Amino acid sequence: MNDILELWVYLSASPLLHLTLTLVVFVLASRLYRQLQLHPLLNPVLLSVTTLVAILYFTGTKYDTYFEGAQFVHFLLGPATVALAIPLYKQFDKVKKSALAIGLSLLCGSVTSVVVAVFISWLLGANTVSVISIAPKSVTAPVAMGISQQLGGLPSLTAVIVIVTGIVGATVGPLILNLLKVNDWSARGLAIGTASHGIGTARALQVNQVAGAFSGLAMGLNALATAILLPLMWNIVANYL
Amino acid sequence: MLEYIALILICQLCGELLVTASGVGIPGPVIGMLLLFVFLLIKGAVPEGLEKVSSTLLDNLSLMFVPAGVGIMAHFELLGANAWPLMIAVFSSTVLTIVVTALIMQSASRNASSASSAMED
Repeated sequence: MNDILELWVYLSASPLLHLTLTLVVFVLASRLYRQLQLHPLLNPVLLSVTTLVAILYFTGTKYDTYFEGAQFVHFLLGPATVALAIPLYKQFDKVKKSALAIGLSLLCGSVTSVVVAVFISWLLGANTVSVISIAPKSVTAPVAMGISQQLGGLPSLTAVIVIVTGIVGATVGPLILNLLKVNDWSARGLAIGTASHGIGTARALQVNQVAGAFSGLAMGLNALATAILLPLMWNIVANYL
Repeated sequence: MLEYIALILICQLCGELLVTASGVGIPGPVIGMLLLFVFLLIKGAVPEGLEKVSSTLLDNLSLMFVPAGVGIMAHFELLGANAWPLMIAVFSSTVLTIVVTALIMQSASRNASSASSAMED
Protein backbone atom coordinates (compact mmCIF):
# COMPACT_ATOMS: atom_id res chain seq x y z
CA MET A 1 0.00 0.00 0.00
CA ASN A 2 2.80 2.37 0.96
CA ASP A 3 4.62 1.57 -2.26
CA ILE A 4 1.61 2.46 -4.33
CA LEU A 5 1.25 5.72 -2.44
CA GLU A 6 4.91 6.53 -3.03
CA LEU A 7 4.55 5.74 -6.72
CA TRP A 8 1.49 8.01 -6.92
CA VAL A 9 3.31 10.84 -5.18
CA TYR A 10 6.22 10.43 -7.59
CA LEU A 11 4.08 10.20 -10.73
CA SER A 12 1.66 12.99 -9.86
CA ALA A 13 4.59 15.37 -9.46
CA SER A 14 5.95 14.64 -12.94
CA PRO A 15 4.52 16.18 -16.12
CA LEU A 16 4.38 12.71 -17.70
CA LEU A 17 1.26 11.61 -15.83
CA HIS A 18 -1.01 14.50 -16.79
CA LEU A 19 0.30 14.71 -20.34
CA THR A 20 -0.49 11.01 -20.80
CA LEU A 21 -3.85 11.41 -19.10
CA THR A 22 -4.81 14.28 -21.44
CA LEU A 23 -3.91 12.25 -24.53
CA VAL A 24 -5.59 9.03 -23.37
CA VAL A 25 -8.84 10.78 -22.41
CA PHE A 26 -8.90 12.66 -25.70
CA VAL A 27 -8.19 9.54 -27.78
CA LEU A 28 -11.04 7.67 -26.04
CA ALA A 29 -13.41 10.63 -26.45
CA SER A 30 -12.56 10.93 -30.17
CA ARG A 31 -13.10 7.21 -30.65
CA LEU A 32 -16.54 7.41 -29.04
CA TYR A 33 -17.31 10.47 -31.17
CA ARG A 34 -16.39 8.63 -34.38
CA GLN A 35 -18.24 5.49 -33.37
CA LEU A 36 -21.40 7.51 -32.91
CA GLN A 37 -21.07 9.02 -36.42
CA LEU A 38 -19.64 12.40 -35.34
CA HIS A 39 -22.75 13.34 -33.38
CA PRO A 40 -22.18 17.06 -32.68
CA LEU A 41 -23.36 16.81 -29.08
CA LEU A 42 -20.54 14.38 -28.28
CA ASN A 43 -17.86 16.94 -29.15
CA PRO A 44 -14.50 15.43 -28.07
CA VAL A 45 -13.35 18.69 -26.44
CA LEU A 46 -16.48 18.84 -24.29
CA LEU A 47 -16.25 15.16 -23.41
CA SER A 48 -12.51 15.34 -22.58
CA VAL A 49 -12.81 18.51 -20.49
CA THR A 50 -15.67 17.17 -18.35
CA THR A 51 -13.93 13.81 -17.88
CA LEU A 52 -10.61 15.42 -16.94
CA VAL A 53 -12.23 17.90 -14.54
CA ALA A 54 -14.00 14.97 -12.84
CA ILE A 55 -10.76 12.95 -12.59
CA LEU A 56 -8.78 15.90 -11.20
CA TYR A 57 -11.56 16.71 -8.75
CA PHE A 58 -11.76 13.19 -7.36
CA THR A 59 -7.98 12.80 -7.09
CA GLY A 60 -7.71 16.21 -5.44
CA THR A 61 -5.29 17.49 -8.08
CA LYS A 62 -4.79 21.24 -8.51
CA TYR A 63 -5.10 22.79 -11.98
CA ASP A 64 -1.53 24.13 -11.81
CA THR A 65 -0.20 20.61 -11.24
CA TYR A 66 -2.26 19.31 -14.16
CA PHE A 67 -1.12 22.14 -16.41
CA GLU A 68 2.56 21.35 -15.84
CA GLY A 69 1.97 18.23 -17.92
CA ALA A 70 -0.74 19.54 -20.23
CA GLN A 71 1.23 22.66 -21.21
CA PHE A 72 3.07 20.68 -23.90
CA VAL A 73 -0.24 20.15 -25.69
CA HIS A 74 -1.31 23.72 -24.98
CA PHE A 75 1.90 25.03 -26.57
CA LEU A 76 0.96 23.49 -29.94
CA LEU A 77 -1.95 25.96 -30.28
CA GLY A 78 0.47 28.63 -31.54
CA PRO A 79 2.09 26.58 -34.33
CA ALA A 80 -1.35 25.19 -35.29
CA THR A 81 -2.69 28.74 -35.68
CA VAL A 82 0.26 29.55 -37.96
CA ALA A 83 -0.46 26.37 -39.96
CA LEU A 84 -3.98 27.68 -40.77
CA ALA A 85 -2.19 29.65 -43.52
CA ILE A 86 -2.09 26.46 -45.62
CA PRO A 87 -5.87 25.79 -45.98
CA LEU A 88 -6.32 29.55 -46.41
CA TYR A 89 -3.78 29.62 -49.23
CA LYS A 90 -5.42 26.64 -50.95
CA GLN A 91 -8.83 28.35 -50.90
CA PHE A 92 -7.50 31.82 -51.68
CA ASP A 93 -9.22 32.02 -55.10
CA LYS A 94 -12.62 31.38 -53.50
CA VAL A 95 -11.88 33.89 -50.73
CA LYS A 96 -10.87 36.62 -53.22
CA LYS A 97 -14.09 36.14 -55.19
CA SER A 98 -16.32 36.76 -52.19
CA ALA A 99 -14.18 39.29 -50.33
CA LEU A 100 -17.01 41.82 -50.00
CA ALA A 101 -19.55 39.26 -48.76
CA ILE A 102 -16.98 37.95 -46.26
CA GLY A 103 -16.23 41.43 -44.91
CA LEU A 104 -19.90 42.35 -44.53
CA SER A 105 -21.08 39.14 -42.87
CA LEU A 106 -18.04 38.97 -40.63
CA LEU A 107 -18.51 42.50 -39.36
CA CYS A 108 -22.22 41.93 -38.64
CA GLY A 109 -21.45 38.63 -36.90
CA SER A 110 -18.68 40.17 -34.84
CA VAL A 111 -20.89 43.01 -33.59
CA THR A 112 -23.81 40.63 -32.92
CA SER A 113 -21.59 38.43 -30.78
CA VAL A 114 -20.41 41.27 -28.54
CA VAL A 115 -23.71 43.17 -28.26
CA VAL A 116 -25.89 40.13 -27.50
CA ALA A 117 -23.41 38.66 -25.00
CA VAL A 118 -22.97 41.93 -23.10
CA PHE A 119 -26.67 42.85 -23.16
CA ILE A 120 -28.02 39.48 -22.00
CA SER A 121 -25.44 38.93 -19.25
CA TRP A 122 -26.07 42.48 -17.99
CA LEU A 123 -29.85 42.00 -18.19
CA LEU A 124 -29.64 38.77 -16.17
CA GLY A 125 -27.67 40.51 -13.44
CA ALA A 126 -24.07 39.37 -13.97
CA ASN A 127 -21.55 41.65 -12.22
CA THR A 128 -19.54 44.23 -14.18
CA VAL A 129 -16.32 42.21 -14.23
CA SER A 130 -18.19 39.24 -15.71
CA VAL A 131 -19.94 41.42 -18.30
CA ILE A 132 -16.59 42.83 -19.46
CA SER A 133 -15.01 39.37 -19.45
CA ILE A 134 -17.74 37.93 -21.69
CA ALA A 135 -17.57 40.71 -24.33
CA PRO A 136 -14.75 39.21 -26.49
CA LYS A 137 -16.16 35.66 -26.12
CA SER A 138 -16.08 34.70 -29.82
CA VAL A 139 -12.45 35.69 -30.32
CA THR A 140 -9.59 33.19 -30.19
CA ALA A 141 -8.34 32.80 -26.59
CA PRO A 142 -5.04 34.75 -26.64
CA VAL A 143 -6.61 37.84 -28.27
CA ALA A 144 -9.76 37.66 -26.15
CA MET A 145 -7.65 37.61 -22.98
CA GLY A 146 -5.73 40.67 -24.14
CA ILE A 147 -8.93 42.62 -24.89
CA SER A 148 -10.50 41.60 -21.58
CA GLN A 149 -7.47 42.84 -19.65
CA GLN A 150 -7.42 46.11 -21.56
CA LEU A 151 -11.08 46.82 -20.63
CA GLY A 152 -10.79 45.78 -16.98
CA GLY A 153 -12.13 42.22 -17.15
CA LEU A 154 -10.58 39.00 -15.86
CA PRO A 155 -8.43 37.37 -18.56
CA SER A 156 -8.59 33.91 -16.97
CA LEU A 157 -12.40 34.05 -16.77
CA THR A 158 -12.45 35.21 -20.40
CA ALA A 159 -10.34 32.17 -21.38
CA VAL A 160 -12.90 29.82 -19.87
CA ILE A 161 -15.84 31.66 -21.48
CA VAL A 162 -14.03 31.53 -24.84
CA ILE A 163 -13.58 27.76 -24.58
CA VAL A 164 -17.25 27.26 -23.63
CA THR A 165 -18.28 29.48 -26.56
CA GLY A 166 -16.15 27.35 -28.89
CA ILE A 167 -17.73 24.14 -27.65
CA VAL A 168 -21.26 25.59 -27.95
CA GLY A 169 -20.57 26.82 -31.50
CA ALA A 170 -18.97 23.53 -32.59
CA THR A 171 -21.76 21.40 -31.12
CA VAL A 172 -24.90 23.48 -31.79
CA GLY A 173 -23.64 25.37 -34.87
CA PRO A 174 -24.01 22.57 -37.45
CA LEU A 175 -27.53 21.80 -36.17
CA ILE A 176 -28.60 25.46 -36.56
CA LEU A 177 -27.07 25.70 -40.01
CA ASN A 178 -28.95 22.57 -41.08
CA LEU A 179 -32.15 24.06 -39.66
CA LEU A 180 -31.59 27.29 -41.61
CA LYS A 181 -30.81 25.22 -44.72
CA VAL A 182 -27.44 26.95 -45.22
CA ASN A 183 -25.75 24.45 -47.55
CA ASP A 184 -22.96 26.62 -48.88
CA TRP A 185 -19.71 25.39 -47.29
CA SER A 186 -18.10 28.82 -47.36
CA ALA A 187 -21.07 30.40 -45.48
CA ARG A 188 -21.12 27.52 -42.97
CA GLY A 189 -17.39 27.81 -42.33
CA LEU A 190 -17.46 31.59 -42.03
CA ALA A 191 -20.33 31.49 -39.51
CA ILE A 192 -18.72 28.79 -37.36
CA GLY A 193 -15.32 30.52 -37.40
CA THR A 194 -16.76 33.95 -36.55
CA ALA A 195 -18.82 32.61 -33.63
CA SER A 196 -16.55 29.91 -32.26
CA HIS A 197 -12.91 30.56 -33.30
CA GLY A 198 -10.47 27.62 -33.27
CA ILE A 199 -12.73 25.01 -31.68
CA GLY A 200 -15.31 25.61 -34.39
CA THR A 201 -12.54 25.63 -37.01
CA ALA A 202 -11.24 22.28 -35.76
CA ARG A 203 -14.67 20.78 -36.32
CA ALA A 204 -15.14 22.52 -39.70
CA LEU A 205 -11.78 21.13 -40.91
CA GLN A 206 -12.95 17.60 -40.10
CA VAL A 207 -16.11 18.00 -42.16
CA ASN A 208 -15.03 19.95 -45.25
CA GLN A 209 -11.85 21.59 -46.62
CA VAL A 210 -13.65 24.72 -47.87
CA ALA A 211 -15.54 25.14 -44.59
CA GLY A 212 -12.27 24.71 -42.68
CA ALA A 213 -10.46 27.36 -44.70
CA PHE A 214 -13.28 29.90 -44.36
CA SER A 215 -13.60 29.15 -40.68
CA GLY A 216 -9.88 29.71 -40.12
CA LEU A 217 -10.07 32.94 -42.09
CA ALA A 218 -13.10 34.12 -40.09
CA MET A 219 -11.29 33.34 -36.84
CA GLY A 220 -8.32 35.51 -37.82
CA LEU A 221 -10.45 38.37 -39.17
CA ASN A 222 -12.79 38.37 -36.19
CA ALA A 223 -9.81 38.57 -33.84
CA LEU A 224 -8.65 41.62 -35.78
CA ALA A 225 -12.12 43.24 -35.98
CA THR A 226 -12.97 42.73 -32.30
CA ALA A 227 -9.54 43.89 -31.11
CA ILE A 228 -10.10 47.19 -32.95
CA LEU A 229 -13.89 47.69 -32.57
CA LEU A 230 -14.62 46.48 -29.04
CA PRO A 231 -12.46 49.05 -27.16
CA LEU A 232 -14.02 51.81 -29.35
CA MET A 233 -17.57 50.62 -28.68
CA TRP A 234 -16.75 50.27 -24.99
CA ASN A 235 -15.55 53.89 -24.76
CA ILE A 236 -18.76 55.15 -26.37
CA VAL A 237 -20.94 53.10 -24.00
CA ALA A 238 -18.86 54.15 -20.98
CA ASN A 239 -19.34 57.83 -21.89
CA TYR A 240 -23.11 57.45 -21.69
CA LEU A 241 -23.13 55.59 -18.34
CA MET B 1 9.92 17.79 -42.56
CA LEU B 2 12.07 19.23 -39.80
CA GLU B 3 12.79 22.37 -41.82
CA TYR B 4 9.05 23.02 -42.11
CA ILE B 5 8.50 22.65 -38.38
CA ALA B 6 11.27 25.22 -38.04
CA LEU B 7 9.59 27.46 -40.64
CA ILE B 8 6.29 27.44 -38.73
CA LEU B 9 8.06 28.24 -35.46
CA ILE B 10 10.06 31.02 -37.14
CA CYS B 11 6.82 32.57 -38.45
CA GLN B 12 5.33 32.43 -34.96
CA LEU B 13 8.48 33.86 -33.40
CA CYS B 14 8.59 36.73 -35.92
CA GLY B 15 4.89 37.31 -35.20
CA GLU B 16 5.57 37.55 -31.47
CA LEU B 17 8.52 39.89 -32.06
CA LEU B 18 6.47 42.16 -34.34
CA VAL B 19 3.63 42.29 -31.80
CA THR B 20 5.96 43.11 -28.92
CA ALA B 21 7.83 45.73 -30.94
CA SER B 22 4.72 47.48 -32.26
CA GLY B 23 2.44 47.02 -29.25
CA VAL B 24 -0.63 46.11 -31.34
CA GLY B 25 -3.19 43.95 -29.55
CA ILE B 26 -3.09 41.05 -32.01
CA PRO B 27 -1.52 37.77 -30.88
CA GLY B 28 1.78 36.60 -32.37
CA PRO B 29 0.45 33.36 -33.92
CA VAL B 30 -2.16 35.29 -35.99
CA ILE B 31 0.61 37.52 -37.39
CA GLY B 32 2.66 34.33 -37.89
CA MET B 33 -0.21 32.90 -39.95
CA LEU B 34 -0.16 36.00 -42.17
CA LEU B 35 3.63 35.70 -42.57
CA LEU B 36 3.37 32.05 -43.62
CA PHE B 37 0.55 33.00 -45.98
CA VAL B 38 2.74 35.65 -47.64
CA PHE B 39 5.54 33.04 -47.89
CA LEU B 40 3.14 30.70 -49.73
CA LEU B 41 2.00 33.49 -52.07
CA ILE B 42 5.61 34.19 -53.00
CA LYS B 43 6.45 30.51 -53.34
CA GLY B 44 3.33 29.79 -55.40
CA ALA B 45 2.72 26.26 -54.06
CA VAL B 46 2.57 24.34 -50.77
CA PRO B 47 5.73 22.21 -50.32
CA GLU B 48 4.96 18.56 -49.54
CA GLY B 49 6.74 18.58 -46.18
CA LEU B 50 4.85 21.68 -45.04
CA GLU B 51 1.59 20.04 -46.07
CA LYS B 52 2.47 17.05 -43.89
CA VAL B 53 3.36 19.12 -40.82
CA SER B 54 0.33 21.36 -41.11
CA SER B 55 -2.16 18.53 -41.59
CA THR B 56 -0.70 16.73 -38.57
CA LEU B 57 -1.21 19.87 -36.50
CA LEU B 58 -4.65 20.78 -37.86
CA ASP B 59 -6.03 17.23 -37.71
CA ASN B 60 -5.46 17.41 -33.97
CA LEU B 61 -6.46 21.01 -33.37
CA SER B 62 -9.33 20.06 -31.02
CA LEU B 63 -6.94 18.33 -28.61
CA MET B 64 -4.99 21.56 -28.09
CA PHE B 65 -7.96 23.33 -26.49
CA VAL B 66 -8.39 20.70 -23.79
CA PRO B 67 -5.78 22.02 -21.28
CA ALA B 68 -7.26 25.55 -21.36
CA GLY B 69 -10.78 24.11 -21.12
CA VAL B 70 -9.91 22.18 -17.97
CA GLY B 71 -9.04 25.60 -16.52
CA ILE B 72 -12.74 26.03 -15.81
CA MET B 73 -12.13 24.09 -12.57
CA ALA B 74 -10.03 26.98 -11.27
CA HIS B 75 -13.03 29.32 -11.71
CA PHE B 76 -15.92 27.47 -10.11
CA GLU B 77 -15.95 29.84 -7.12
CA LEU B 78 -15.55 33.01 -9.15
CA LEU B 79 -18.34 31.92 -11.47
CA GLY B 80 -20.70 31.42 -8.54
CA ALA B 81 -23.90 33.44 -8.99
CA ASN B 82 -22.73 34.67 -12.40
CA ALA B 83 -22.59 31.19 -13.90
CA TRP B 84 -26.19 31.07 -15.18
CA PRO B 85 -26.37 34.59 -16.67
CA LEU B 86 -23.03 33.96 -18.39
CA MET B 87 -24.09 30.54 -19.67
CA ILE B 88 -27.35 31.88 -21.12
CA ALA B 89 -25.54 34.89 -22.63
CA VAL B 90 -22.84 32.67 -24.20
CA PHE B 91 -25.42 30.33 -25.67
CA SER B 92 -27.76 32.94 -27.14
CA SER B 93 -24.96 35.18 -28.40
CA THR B 94 -23.18 32.26 -30.11
CA VAL B 95 -26.36 30.99 -31.76
CA LEU B 96 -27.35 34.48 -33.00
CA THR B 97 -23.83 35.15 -34.30
CA ILE B 98 -23.95 31.96 -36.37
CA VAL B 99 -27.43 32.81 -37.71
CA VAL B 100 -26.52 36.42 -38.64
CA THR B 101 -23.14 35.55 -40.22
CA ALA B 102 -24.40 32.55 -42.19
CA LEU B 103 -27.53 34.23 -43.56
CA ILE B 104 -25.75 37.43 -44.65
CA MET B 105 -22.88 35.45 -46.20
CA GLN B 106 -25.24 33.12 -48.03
CA SER B 107 -27.44 35.87 -49.47
CA ALA B 108 -24.49 38.16 -50.27
CA SER B 109 -22.56 35.45 -52.13
CA ARG B 110 -25.75 34.31 -53.89
CA ASN B 111 -26.31 37.85 -55.16
CA ALA B 112 -22.68 38.09 -56.21
CA SER B 113 -22.78 34.79 -58.12
CA SER B 114 -26.09 35.59 -59.80
CA ALA B 115 -24.70 38.99 -60.80
CA SER B 116 -21.57 37.42 -62.28
CA SER B 117 -23.57 34.74 -64.12
CA ALA B 118 -25.88 37.44 -65.46
CA MET B 119 -22.83 39.21 -66.85
CA GLU B 120 -21.68 36.02 -68.53
CA ASP B 121 -25.03 35.58 -70.29
